Amino acid sequence: MAAVQETVEQVRSIDVDQYKYGFETQIESEKAPKGLSEEVIRFISAKKEEPEWMLEWRLDAYRRWLNMSEPTWARVDFPQIDFQDLYYYAAPKKFKAPKSLDEVDPEILKTYEKLGIPLREQEILAGVEVPEGERPKIAVDAVFDSVSVATTFKEELKAAGVIFMPISEALREHPDLVKKYLGSVVPTTDNFYATLNSAVFSDGSFVYIPPGVRCPMELSTYFRINEKNTGQFERTLIIADAGSYVSYLEGCTAPQRDENQLHAAVVELVVLDDAEIKYSTVQNWYPGDAEGKGGIYNFVTKRGDCRGKNSKISWTQVETGSAITWKYPSCVLRGEGSSGEFYSIAISNGRQQVDSGTKMIHLGKNTTSRIISKGISAGRSNNTYRGLVSAHKKALGARNFTNCDSLLIGDQCGAHTVPYIEAKNPKAQFEHEATTSKISEDMLFYCMQRGLSQEDAVALVVNGFVRDVLQQLPMEFAVEAQKLISISLEGSVG
Amino acid sequence: MTPLLEIRDLHAEIAGGRKIINGMNLTINPGEVHAIMGPNGAGKSTLSYVLSGKPGYEVTGGEVIFRGVNLLELSPDERAAQGLFLCFQYPLEIPGVSNMAFLHTAANSQRKQRGEPELTSPELVRKVRELGKKLGIDTDMLKRPVNVGFSGGEKKRNETLQMMLLEPYLSILDEADSGLDIDALKVVSNGVNLMRSPERSMLVITHYQRLLDYIVPDVVHVFAAGRIVHTGGKELALELEATGYAQYQNEAA
Ligand SMILES: Nc1ncnc2c1ncn2[C@@H]1O[C@H](COP(=O)(O)OP(=O)(O)OP(=O)(O)O)[C@@H](O)[C@H]1O
Ligand SMILES: [Mg+2]
Repeated sequence: MAAVQETVEQVRSIDVDQYKYGFETQIESEKAPKGLSEEVIRFISAKKEEPEWMLEWRLDAYRRWLNMSEPTWARVDFPQIDFQDLYYYAAPKKFKAPKSLDEVDPEILKTYEKLGIPLREQEILAGVEVPEGERPKIAVDAVFDSVSVATTFKEELKAAGVIFMPISEALREHPDLVKKYLGSVVPTTDNFYATLNSAVFSDGSFVYIPPGVRCPMELSTYFRINEKNTGQFERTLIIADAGSYVSYLEGCTAPQRDENQLHAAVVELVVLDDAEIKYSTVQNWYPGDAEGKGGIYNFVTKRGDCRGKNSKISWTQVETGSAITWKYPSCVLRGEGSSGEFYSIAISNGRQQVDSGTKMIHLGKNTTSRIISKGISAGRSNNTYRGLVSAHKKALGARNFTNCDSLLIGDQCGAHTVPYIEAKNPKAQFEHEATTSKISEDMLFYCMQRGLSQEDAVALVVNGFVRDVLQQLPMEFAVEAQKLISISLEGSVG
Repeated sequence: MTPLLEIRDLHAEIAGGRKIINGMNLTINPGEVHAIMGPNGAGKSTLSYVLSGKPGYEVTGGEVIFRGVNLLELSPDERAAQGLFLCFQYPLEIPGVSNMAFLHTAANSQRKQRGEPELTSPELVRKVRELGKKLGIDTDMLKRPVNVGFSGGEKKRNETLQMMLLEPYLSILDEADSGLDIDALKVVSNGVNLMRSPERSMLVITHYQRLLDYIVPDVVHVFAAGRIVHTGGKELALELEATGYAQYQNEAA
C-alpha cells in the first residue's frame, strides 16, 4: 500500500535533472588495438586464456559476420556505425582475475558503491544474522568494461552446487558445460549483432543450476561501461537443469559521454524439464542528452529455450536508458506444456528511440505464453512495441494472451504497436489487447488539487499504469525501478 | 472577524477565449456555509476551477485572499495544502493506483508542505476505515483503483471521504448531489455536516433546493453571467425553486 508513497518520497530525495550514474572512473586500462580483425579476436581469446575450440568458434563467427549486414527493419534512426573505429576489449590495467574482494582495485569497488551496489557489504552481510525479510541476499557478479571484476557469495553458492561465475572463468573451469550450451539458443549467425558478439564477446555471467536445486539467493550481474569508444559485448548463459529454479537480475549503467557507445549483448537461457528461470532487467544505460547527443546504442539479443516439458521462462524488463534500444527477449516454447512470459516497461524521453518487444514461438503441445507490455513515451521520443506470437503445426492447444498499453506524455512523442501473429494450426488461441492513452491534464489537476506536486502526480499516474509489470519484479528491484521511472520522466510535463 | 475567503472584483476567462467570470465579489467568514445557485453555463464550475488553480483559465483582474494569503499566486497543490478542497462534479479515475494509497499520498503531501508530521500507514488506515464506515465505503472500495468502475454515487462518496480525511478550511462542493439517490444524498450530506465547525466553511454549488434541506446554508447567492447578482438567506433557495432565474438573468445582462 505504501509503495506509491515510498516512490514519491524517493523521487523527492533524488537529484533532479541528472543522469546520476554519469561519472567516470579514473583507472588505467589495457585495450586491444582499435578496430576489428582476426588479430584482435586472437588477442581477446589469448587474454582470457581460452581453449582452442573457443578461438575457432569466435573466428568462425567473425568470418560470417564479415558477410552480414545490419538489420534495418526497426523503427530507429542513427548514423552508420564505423565498426573499425571502436575498441573491442578494455580491462583495468594489471588485471588478473581476483581471488577475493580484497584483491579488487579499490577504485572499482568505489565505482560500484556509487552505483548503489556495495559488493563488500553484501558479502560481509552474509556472515551476520539478517532479520528475516529485511535484506535479501543477492549474489553479485560485476562486469567492468570487458571483464568481470568481482563475484560475491561464491562459497555459499558452491555448497548448493550452483555455478555462478564470469563466463571467461567458466570456459576454463567447466569447458564441457559451456561448449554444450553456448550458441545452442542463439546460433552464431542469428543476426548481425549476435554474430558480432559471438566473435568478440568479452565477459558476462555463467550460471548452472543442478537438477532439483532451488538457487538459495537471487543472482545478479551489474554491467558498467567505463572506457571511451569501447563497445561492450557481454555474453550470458544460464542453464536451469531439471526441476531447478533461479531468479536472475541484471542492471546496467554507463558514464555520460558525447559520443555514442555500442552495447551488443547476447543472453541465452536453457530450461530443462520442470525448471524455471526468472530473468529481470533494469536497463539504465546513459540515454544521451535532451537533444539526442551521446548515449548507448543497445542492440541486444536475448532468447530462452524452454527445452524441457513444463519448463518456464519469465522475462521482466524495465528499460529506461539507452539512446537506441533494439531488444526482443524471446521464448522458444519447445517442451510440452512449457510457458513463457514477457513483462515489460519501456520508457522513452528526450530523443530516445525504443524498438522492443518479444517473440513467443510455440513449438510444443499445450504451450502457453503471456505478454504484458507498457510503453511510456515522453519528450520527442519514439517508442515501438514489436512482438511476434507464432504457433507451429504441432503446437496443438497453444495459447497466448497479449496486452500492450501505451501512455503518451505530451504531444511530440510517438507510440507504435507492431504485432505479428502466425498460427499454423487452427487450435491455437491467441488474444491480443492494445490501448493507447494520454496522460491527461485533468488527471494531473485532480491529483494536485489533493495536494500532490506536479512531479508526484506524474509519478503516481505512471506508477499506476505500470503496476501490473512492477509487481513481477523482485522487491528490491521494484523499488529501484520505480525510482528510475520517475527520474527518466523528470521534466516531461509543464 | 477576518474573512476566510475574500473575492474582490474577480475577472477570469478561458485561456485565449471567452470571458466567464465577470466582476465577482464574495466574502466567506469562518464557519459559514454559502450556497451558490444559478443557471446552466453561468460559470459556477469555472469559478471553482479558478479558485483551485486549474490550468487553462486566466485571471484578468481582481484578487482572492484565502486565510490571509494571495491565493492566485499559489500552485494548485499549495492551495490544497492551504486548506482549499474541491469536490469535483466529475471525479477523475486513476487506473492502477489504489484508493488507500492515493489517500495516503495526498494526506502526507499536504502535511509535508505544511511542515506537519506525516501519518504512518496504520494511523492512516485506521482513520480512513472509520470515515469509510460513516460513508458506507467498504474495504473493497478502498483497495480498488481510485474511482475506476465506481458508480456515480460511489464517486461522490469517495470525494466526501477525501474531504473528511484532508480536513480543509474551505470545501467547494460542485453539484455534490448530482447522481445521488436519496439514501446516498443523506449519507454525503451527513458527512459534510460532520465537517461543519466554527473554523471550517463551505461553498455549495447546486441546482436543487433539496440538497440544502440537508446541508442548511447560512447564505444563498444567485450567480448569473459570471457574478453574484443577488444574495439572501436560506429561504431564497425555496423562492428560486418556484420562480426560476428569469428575473436575475435580466439583472445580470
Ligand atoms: N474549457 C472550456 N472551453 C470552452 N468553453 C468553456 C470551457 N469551460 C467552460 N466553458 C464555457 O464556460 C461557460 C461556463 O461553464 P461552467 O461549467 O462554469 O458553467 P456552470 O455554471 O457550472 O454550468 P452547470 O450548471 O451546467 O454546471 C459555459 O458556457 C461553458 O461552455
Ligand atoms: Mg457546473
